[in-house]
Amino acid sequence: MAPRKFSEPTDRILGTRPVEVRRYGAFIRVNHWFGAICFVLLMLSGFALFHPSFFGLTALFGGGQTTRWIHPFLGIALVISFAAMFIQLVRLNILRREDLVWTAHIADVITGHEERLPELGKYNFGQKVVFWGMFWLILALVATGIPMWVQYFPDLVSIPTRRIAILIHSISAVLIVLVFILHVFAALWTRGTIRAMTRGTVTGGWAWLHHRKWLRELAGRRGTNAAE
Amino acid sequence: MTTPPNMAAFNPPVQPGQSVLGQQAVVRSSAGGPVAENPVQLPEVAKLIDISKCIGCKACQSACAEWNDTHPEIGVNVGIYENPHDLTAEMYTLMRFAEYDNPDSGDFEWLIRKDGCMHCADPGCLKACPAPGAIVQYSNGIVDFISENCIGCGYCISGCPFDIPRMHPTKHVVKKCTLCSDRVAVGQGPACAKACPTQAISFGTKDDMKTLAAERIEDLKSRGYDEAGLYDPAGVDGTHVMYVLQHADRPHVYSGLPDAPQISDVVEGWKGPTKPIGLAAVGVAAVGAAAMGVLSRGSRITEHEEREAEGLVETTPAASDDRGHI
Repeated sequence: MAPRKFSEPTDRILGTRPVEVRRYGAFIRVNHWFGAICFVLLMLSGFALFHPSFFGLTALFGGGQTTRWIHPFLGIALVISFAAMFIQLVRLNILRREDLVWTAHIADVITGHEERLPELGKYNFGQKVVFWGMFWLILALVATGIPMWVQYFPDLVSIPTRRIAILIHSISAVLIVLVFILHVFAALWTRGTIRAMTRGTVTGGWAWLHHRKWLRELAGRRGTNAAE
Repeated sequence: MTTPPNMAAFNPPVQPGQSVLGQQAVVRSSAGGPVAENPVQLPEVAKLIDISKCIGCKACQSACAEWNDTHPEIGVNVGIYENPHDLTAEMYTLMRFAEYDNPDSGDFEWLIRKDGCMHCADPGCLKACPAPGAIVQYSNGIVDFISENCIGCGYCISGCPFDIPRMHPTKHVVKKCTLCSDRVAVGQGPACAKACPTQAISFGTKDDMKTLAAERIEDLKSRGYDEAGLYDPAGVDGTHVMYVLQHADRPHVYSGLPDAPQISDVVEGWKGPTKPIGLAAVGVAAVGAAAMGVLSRGSRITEHEEREAEGLVETTPAASDDRGHI
């Protein structure tokens, strides 16, 4: 097999007129939406405990006691979901030189002059920021969340340490919500992206404009995939 | 209207009384919970624990468990008098027995401190609590946990500078000394003060207790305890449980009584700036993203790009794989 530098084994060109490209398999899409549901529920229950003006959100979960009970379990579910996603996506999310050039020309991205940008593999710098932001913040949230889980770990750390854990948990939660907003916004703003996580495919034009190296590699492998 | 609190040693009134510690006396409530619009102004009360008079009999512990109808587990003796070994959700007060070798006099001293909620004027538990109305403070200074509003998160445990509240392992609510708010509400003193055989525990208005403490401190000083004093720490704006200490210059010798308790800066940061700044950041980001989503046309794919992609795919020679397939 020729080396895969910018693509996953499951990525392939499905049709040529018009070009249609598979970007995500079924497992990763199901896992993504499972994680997304966990994230939204975590965000709602977390906000309820973060600020009194949102305490009313506990009604969605059946009251304060249930909200307090379910929040950490949702967190564990998200950690498992994200761990699976991390293993699948980490290789193509390692930062590369062209990401810095792309970032320096971020204004051209927003104003629609992608012809001035370097060609990219499967992910651009923004997507990588979301990926690594989620990774580090989920890590911080679970590492600080466990000692806050008084029901099961009442004596894991001293009270002064737990205070610091709670503060880091709060700040990390705010930051991860910002990453979430960036993620949702970018997916909606970049037209043609959502179907990658619903149908699993993108159009050739989308791949050509945003991830041309990725498309080139898949085009070069077209025959191989058809033969399998 | 306002029943003056009695010294606990007095017998309680026998005529039916009316509780003065309802919602109408709530001056502070956790997480923006309801407070009384015109709270009944009650005189500040305090429990004064005179450590020099305590004989360590634990009558107060028994009275506490009996009045509050708690059921502490049968303990195990591990060679010290403290039993249970720590405060629990079923034991709101605990005699702590410190064996103190006084470095100044060379004397051995029993420093027996009754541990329990200090009823801070500025309560760290109340500040940390995220559940509206789960922790309230009455106008007489008593800090009370309202269990039906408690969600069992344990934030109050992290907020307390004295390490007092304890989580109930099965009810998932946090418990601590109420200063017998139900008794005080009808003009009685706390059960511990009532039961104390040496009157080491007194209860009354905070002013009266300070006067009583001053007498006791003067007496102690005349007996050679030059550093005797009142423990009413200013870091939490004073407390409604006060100690007369023989060694008020070093409270930590009394089983780790904090020398200068105050709400931790970490808790202040978490409950102070983090919340408004965090909400503002999330709000600005959400509104900004929504505005940009509405105002900008976004990044769109045109027919041109689709043609380019078709051209690229069709003109790229397919690489042969290791089995020689094209």
